[in-house]
Amino acid sequence: MIINGVVIDKTFAEAFPMKATRAIITAQNEKWAMISAQAMTGFATSVIACGCEAGIERTLTPEETPDGRPGVAILIFAMGGKGLAKQLETRAGQCVLTSPTSALFAGIDSDIAIPLGKNLRYFGDGFQISKLIGGKRYWRVPVMDGEFLTEATTGQVNAVGGGNFLVLAQSQPQALAACEAAIEEMRKIPNVIMPFPGGVVRSGSKVGSKYKSLGASTNDAFCPTLKGITKTDLSPDIESVMEIVIDGLSKEDIDKAMRVGMQAVCALGADAGIKRISAGNYGGKLGPFHFHLQEILA
Amino acid sequence: MSALTLTLKSHPAQRVDMSPLTCNKLKDLTLAEIAAITLQNGKAKIRVDELFAISGEDTQNLLIKNSFEKLDFIGKELDGGTMTVEGDVGAYCAIGMKTGAITVNGNAGIFAACEMKKGFLTINGNAGDFLGGALPGNKMGMKGGTVLVKGNAGERVGDHLRRGVILIEGNAGDYCGSRMTAGTIAVMGQVGNHLGYAMRRGTLLLWNQPKIPATFNDCGTHTLAFLPLLFASFKSLNSKFADSAAAFNRVQRFGGDMAEMGRGEVLIKI
Repeated sequence: MIINGVVIDKTFAEAFPMKATRAIITAQNEKWAMISAQAMTGFATSVIACGCEAGIERTLTPEETPDGRPGVAILIFAMGGKGLAKQLETRAGQCVLTSPTSALFAGIDSDIAIPLGKNLRYFGDGFQISKLIGGKRYWRVPVMDGEFLTEATTGQVNAVGGGNFLVLAQSQPQALAACEAAIEEMRKIPNVIMPFPGGVVRSGSKVGSKYKSLGASTNDAFCPTLKGITKTDLSPDIESVMEIVIDGLSKEDIDKAMRVGMQAVCALGADAGIKRISAGNYGGKLGPFHFHLQEILA
Repeated sequence: MSALTLTLKSHPAQRVDMSPLTCNKLKDLTLAEIAAITLQNGKAKIRVDELFAISGEDTQNLLIKNSFEKLDFIGKELDGGTMTVEGDVGAYCAIGMKTGAITVNGNAGIFAACEMKKGFLTINGNAGDFLGGALPGNKMGMKGGTVLVKGNAGERVGDHLRRGVILIEGNAGDYCGSRMTAGTIAVMGQVGNHLGYAMRRGTLLLWNQPKIPATFNDCGTHTLAFLPLLFASFKSLNSKFADSAAAFNRVQRFGGDMAEMGRGEVLIKI
């Protein structure tokens, strides 16, 4: 398949099941809600070393938030429920509780509830106040700028992590420009995040390493500087490869995000130095979710 | 199906225990069986059909007409269904209610919503003393649900209140929120003396400046984030509390009762 001069590989991205949750952070204004959200989703690019993958889903207008203030919706993904709960609580405690004027609310309903502010309340040292409003429990924790209001729990849902595609370009600036265009479109899709810095990862990995202590290492088949000395997957004209990784609440959400992202890349086309779109997979052995690039773009 | 309607034929001299007549207890009973239920009337027992004219058949939608202040225990431990009362009710209306809704189109006597667990009680007139309170000797009053009073409430509103919301559009008497353990009482009118007496935790939300007891300390003026959520939860009510003009988030906060554990609060609109 070739779109606007860009070759779409007959391959698939391989993704795996994860657990996810959504939280809503509000503040006096969007600036401070965003600062808190950025802190909470920081150092959360990959479960390999961060414990979770997290990102900002979108900003929310005052009409969309529980307390009528500007807000930001964030999504957090982890490999299991326990890990997710731990990451959520730690991050909420260090990044939202601490952030001026912030409040924290559940962003998703589920039969499985995980603590949001349920345990953060103990920071109140006995001065915390519980309020049951409309069937939901909230905690009011006295802090130095007033009160930190938080919902006690949020929902945990099944999700999918690791959807991806690779952009293969003639130069590094062209690869980055294509990825930026893709990310801009993908951020409009609900229920997904692209957890890496700016949504783009330049250090795609393969499973395993020559070093026993490492479970993952550089994806040498897509490293342009190794074209001559490894079993490469790159043609001579490829000088730079970048990857976009997508976590979503469902396979369909990732499908949509990959589609609009790849379409944005293809819209730039071969004239902008974009040569191929490929994807990372492990022969279908790692994850049950397969995203076939050509089917998505068909 | 039309509502099962019990129309009081005459006003008996003695009080009547109405607790057998709730939607959940009448479910699956025929009209004949309902008519044969006996009610305690003073020292005597009296059949339902001696006291009431019975019409309609929907036991989950019960209407009591011509009610007066000697019909006690209306809606006791109601567990689902809707009860509407035309006229006044006696003591203990909605005591121990589990779920469902009761509307009183009249005044309620003492101990309305006493130890209520869940559900919704609307009193379109006035409420007597110990609204949402605990039975004498018990430590926990209302444990959940919502009570809306469109008129005034008597003394000791929310005595030993444990959870739930009591909304009073009119005035509340002395000792409002006494011995509260938690929960919320909102009063749009005036409150009497000894507000929050021996209050442990919980919130008294007031639209007018009360007499603040000496055992409550001023914590200053604040904008509280939970108040918009609380008012938003009142939006669906047929009440002044649903009016967005009644909502506020700036308050003067008093903490107390410092003679007790002192974790309660009186929030006054500013």
